[in-house]
Amino acid sequence: MNAPRNPNTYRSGPDENGRFGMFGGRFVAETLMPLILELEQAYDAAKADPAYHAEMAGGLKHYVGRPSPLYLAERLTDHFGGARIYLKREELNHTGSHKVNNVLGQILLARRMGKKRIIAETGAGQHGVATATLCARYGLECIVYMGAVDVARQAPNVFRMQMLGATVVPVESGTKTLKDAMNEALRDWVTNVATTFYCIGTVAGPHPYPAMVRDFQSIIGRETREQMQELEGRLPDSLIACIGGGSNAMGLFHPFLDDPTVEIYGVEAAGHGIPSGLHAASLTGGRPGVLHGNRTYLLMDDDGQIKDAHSISAGLDYPGIGPEHSWLNDVGRVKYLSATDEEALEAFQLISKLEGIIPALESAHALARVAELAPQKPRDHLMVVNLSGRGDKDIPQVAEILAGR
Amino acid sequence: MTETGQTRIQSRFAACAAQGRAALVTFVTAGDPDFETASAILNALPEAGADVIELGVPFTDPMADGVPIQLAGQRALKAGQTLKRTLAMVEAFRKAGHDTPIVLMGYYNPIWAYGVERFLQDARRIGVDGLIVVDLPPEEDVELCLPALEAGISFIRLATPTTDDKRLPKVLSNTSGFVYYVSMTGVTGGAIASYDAVGDAVARIKRHTDLPVAVGFGVKTAADAAAIAKGADGVVVGSALVERVRLSLDADGKATDKTVSAVTSLVAELAAGIRTVSKAA
Repeated sequence: MNAPRNPNTYRSGPDENGRFGMFGGRFVAETLMPLILELEQAYDAAKADPAYHAEMAGGLKHYVGRPSPLYLAERLTDHFGGARIYLKREELNHTGSHKVNNVLGQILLARRMGKKRIIAETGAGQHGVATATLCARYGLECIVYMGAVDVARQAPNVFRMQMLGATVVPVESGTKTLKDAMNEALRDWVTNVATTFYCIGTVAGPHPYPAMVRDFQSIIGRETREQMQELEGRLPDSLIACIGGGSNAMGLFHPFLDDPTVEIYGVEAAGHGIPSGLHAASLTGGRPGVLHGNRTYLLMDDDGQIKDAHSISAGLDYPGIGPEHSWLNDVGRVKYLSATDEEALEAFQLISKLEGIIPALESAHALARVAELAPQKPRDHLMVVNLSGRGDKDIPQVAEILAGR
Repeated sequence: MTETGQTRIQSRFAACAAQGRAALVTFVTAGDPDFETASAILNALPEAGADVIELGVPFTDPMADGVPIQLAGQRALKAGQTLKRTLAMVEAFRKAGHDTPIVLMGYYNPIWAYGVERFLQDARRIGVDGLIVVDLPPEEDVELCLPALEAGISFIRLATPTTDDKRLPKVLSNTSGFVYYVSMTGVTGGAIASYDAVGDAVARIKRHTDLPVAVGFGVKTAADAAAIAKGADGVVVGSALVERVRLSLDADGKATDKTVSAVTSLVAELAAGIRTVSKAA
């Protein structure tokens, strides 16, 4: 059931029903179905339209600031004494993370569809900030749903969104984190379906979102291929990225899936550790279920009730993962690891001090596994880590944790 | 199945039509506020005037529900409700001799986690008549709809204001029992759309199907029920009933001796409201 449809490629999914093997699909209320089909059509039409691609390319270059550099982290490389470590600097994008790549694509699509009201969910606030930014840029109404817990721990981003003219709605239902923000955004969408475009922030949700968001984020991997070719004259040997829903990882991985020499590692958030049960590692500690429009690995109990995720990082604090990652896990193309809160905190401090780059706590999870993987590799091994976001938003939270020690 | 070869749902709608009135379809959440009280409510619904019972299966992430049904699900989950216990409620209801049709309503994941095949076997054996699974549109019929129909359980679909004439045939294709017309775009418990628009929509659906059409979302009072009953074969009431449960609880959120009657008294009012509207049989 999970075998690739074309055995020569890992890049042919999803099928016409939005499936990656058994994962993905369109598990939504009937009210939303016509709109999801309309979105799929609109996206297919945009993909075939050179004007849309030109608009995207212009926006990515002049507004987002792409290409983002591929930077050789020399001190980090020396510190670990193994692989040559390259950082893909997505944190240098306008708004400070990879999220803007996807938002630009969706907002341009929303404009083509004539939608003037944009809603989004956000965890750490990075996707919310990116959405608020592009809504400001294009004069669109923007409503961002954010769990009340995340509103408290990501205060700088809440203020940024408000500055940009967005309405931030704290979500008090359920666990008051990212999954509840997504529930509330879906409730808004079902209510305001005629006027509203739902700008989903990750490679999850009903088809066509996982594929569409992946396509928008794949600029990360495409640039990395070119840049590595320029810098080293060949492909990288390994790729590492953190995973909440998994959009930065999918964006880096997808263009390399059919290159068998490239090892690929995704890093989930292990919170207090997988055995503790307090984590956000859906692949490592969950099983397949259906939530938020797609079948994917989820944290859930025997009755199918969704369990609370836990992570120090609000952006990874989600009990699911994009369906294509679930499929890549099951077919074995990508190896999924995890990093604890503590390991992420250490990596956060290490890279700040060694490279003068303060990473987002999300990205610090990927860097935490680099600490383990890099020393095992020879000096000529080329390792690319996706530095998906900058850590300014995390400084108050990290300062508080460190002060408490 | 009844002796005439009709399902319990079919014969109940037929019986209401023969009386020249719409059917009252009541929604309560299984296990709200606790297993015993919810069982008592369930068993009291037929006498109070419910013609068809929708029994909500609690889920942690009810994406299409408004606050009243979200809270009802949270109360039930907190009190330890599971799909297994929901099936046990239905089993006890049937053992008590009730023949009111029961439709389980909820989201797919608890059923998927239970195991589709095992769930359908158990549901059929226990006496569940139909399913409404909010997050399974026709595009996902192979998941549960087709196996359910094969197992002899009706699969009731929601049609919404966004379901246009082009899409209606697809939505109705594997629907059985009745069609549940959601009278507005939105989550459960919102404000009702105009009654004229509802009547027009029902007429539109009926051009595509012979199934009874029940209308829900936004029905709160006997007057609402009567107004909807004019144009529909059934009137669905949910949020207003679970709000009655909530308002009857004590300060600790526990059931009181008023909880069951708070629900049944509203059901009786709604049943009376529906009976004020006479329809050609």
